[in-house]
Amino acid sequence: MRPFTVLTGIAAPLPLANVDTDQIIPARFLKTIARTGLGKHLFANFRYKEDGTENPDFVLNQQPYRQAEILIAFENFGCGSSREHAPWALLDFGIRCVIAPDFADIFHNNSFKNGILPVKLPREICAQLMEDAKLGANARITVDLERQVVVRPNGEEIPFEVDPFRRHCLLNGLDDIGQTLQHASAIDSYEAKQRATQPWLFAS
Amino acid sequence: MADARPRTLFDKIWAHHVVETLPDGTALLYIDRHLVHEVTSPQAFEGLRAAGRRVRRPDATIAVVDHNIATDDSRRTGITDPESRLQVETLERNVAEFGVPYIPLLDDRQGIVHVIGPELGLSLPGMTIVCGDSHTSTHGALGALAFGIGTSEVEHVLATQTLLQKPAKNMRVRVEGTLALGCTAKDIVLAIIGKIGTAGGTGHVIEYAGEAIRALDMAGRMTVCNMSIEAGARAGMVAPDETTFAYVKGRPHAPKGEAWERAVAFWRSLPSDPGAHFDKEVVLDAAAIAPMVSWGTSPEDVLPITGVVPDPAEAPNETRRAQLQRMLDYMGLTPGQKLTELKVDVVFIGSCTNSRIEDIRAAAAIAKGRKVAEGVRAMVVPGSGLVKKQAEAEGLDRVLKEAGFEWREAGCSMCLGMNPDKLRPGQRCASTSNRNFEGRQGPGGRTHLLSPAMAAAAAIAGRLTDVREWQPA
Repeated sequence: MRPFTVLTGIAAPLPLANVDTDQIIPARFLKTIARTGLGKHLFANFRYKEDGTENPDFVLNQQPYRQAEILIAFENFGCGSSREHAPWALLDFGIRCVIAPDFADIFHNNSFKNGILPVKLPREICAQLMEDAKLGANARITVDLERQVVVRPNGEEIPFEVDPFRRHCLLNGLDDIGQTLQHASAIDSYEAKQRATQPWLFAS
Repeated sequence: MADARPRTLFDKIWAHHVVETLPDGTALLYIDRHLVHEVTSPQAFEGLRAAGRRVRRPDATIAVVDHNIATDDSRRTGITDPESRLQVETLERNVAEFGVPYIPLLDDRQGIVHVIGPELGLSLPGMTIVCGDSHTSTHGALGALAFGIGTSEVEHVLATQTLLQKPAKNMRVRVEGTLALGCTAKDIVLAIIGKIGTAGGTGHVIEYAGEAIRALDMAGRMTVCNMSIEAGARAGMVAPDETTFAYVKGRPHAPKGEAWERAVAFWRSLPSDPGAHFDKEVVLDAAAIAPMVSWGTSPEDVLPITGVVPDPAEAPNETRRAQLQRMLDYMGLTPGQKLTELKVDVVFIGSCTNSRIEDIRAAAAIAKGRKVAEGVRAMVVPGSGLVKKQAEAEGLDRVLKEAGFEWREAGCSMCLGMNPDKLRPGQRCASTSNRNFEGRQGPGGRTHLLSPAMAAAAAIAGRLTDVREWQPA
């Protein structure tokens, strides 16, 4: 996983609440066995018209937002299915940070596993950042995970909270599985105990 | 020494599964059962292969295909869509290489992963159960902690049989009193989501309790727990009781003989202790719940069938007004329109929410001796091959076919628009599934969520209708 430390980039405003994973990537694009290449399907139902041509009204089809690395949205971002194709599609498009008042749990989890930082900030602040984002290329936003601040184009710093373990993994680009396997002996002892006390869990 | 603090069902199952607690409070949580399907697993197996890792406990894992398969006879001659075929073949190659038990497409036991887990006794009370699918919450009906995970976590469980998790908060939803005639588990859960909203359970595990939940059969409890995720909660659960034990007993993978006795004794210790702390509590009166139907594009946008389409002009603020207008435009609705005036093009009875034998019986009871309205496509898709066989043994397939319903093979079908069963743009569908998101059942499709009996009645009336006016013929 690519580490996330400090990101300065163009932020795309998506002033919607309850952005669901079927909007982020519709199910018909989940028939893939790869993690990559999904960026072209990101927000497909918003981005393309029925004939497959681009919808010029959608923010990610406009300049400079084609180069957006940050997405600003409203409440309950990422609700719906568990599809990790949602963060994969965001990442493949180039988005590495989503800022919203809150996130659906599974999407929130999936983001961290893919080097995408979800930042929770109060709605009023998201609304301010939304206005900043509308200024386009003249208003780059910085997300500094080391210092845990979002820096607005006017220099104002907004602190944010992040789970320390997840922050550590993201800063260092750490693979969860490798870390968990360091606890292999604890898993072995747990299994041995369970096998004795709840044998029905081991009779396949 | 035993912890004297009263604990919830969730607290107990959680505590039983903590392998280790890391310094910052993150738990390494042991997973008892891992359900795998074709859509969210290929990249996980690929990750294992790249790192030279094996599946730690194939015996705790089961794989099945459900999402992108056809539900007509064409499945017998092979999958025609090349991408779907590749995904299914990839799963078959992966389960063979990693030694994971697999239920093939043409096996009677094949079906929707959340139907077959409980049906085969693979999902048991007290277990931790995960799957790369958000509707894994279904299995919580057995008194298990069951939740959906992403593909990276699928890989983590395959490799380590554990997950790194922070404990969720406890929420209890009590449904007291008795449901009125014509109202079902689906109406209960739609009413709950309507009340608490789609983020009402975020960060929480919901325990459903109260007289009306106790009175539900297991299929009904599964319907309620299934849609926990639509209320924002990763998991929903119902305390195991005699209804649970009677359901589990004798299932192919359920414990037998002395192990059964030990298991039941353990399961009896799981229900929440009196006085256990819930961070949040919501109470509903079952008697006040009417047959529910969704009108918008979020599962919280529900109304009793007697309701009318809301007017954006009456929205409390500008954001909500714009959101309502967008939904009405998408759904092709006008403010003040009666829900019972909405004509339907398609009726879909199926999905992990409502495709069990009880759901099919409810639909058949309404369909018996009646005919599907002209111009309506009505389909019934059993949740598994075993449900299908059972329904056929009861003659329900004949009743439904005589009424003009399509009787199909098991799968996710028209719930999610990634297999041949899809809505066309602008089509209006009465659906027993779980999500009414824009484009969920196919681009431009318009979904109204409701119960199986309501869906069957809509098929016959050719419009949304109040099932309470439809006594079995």
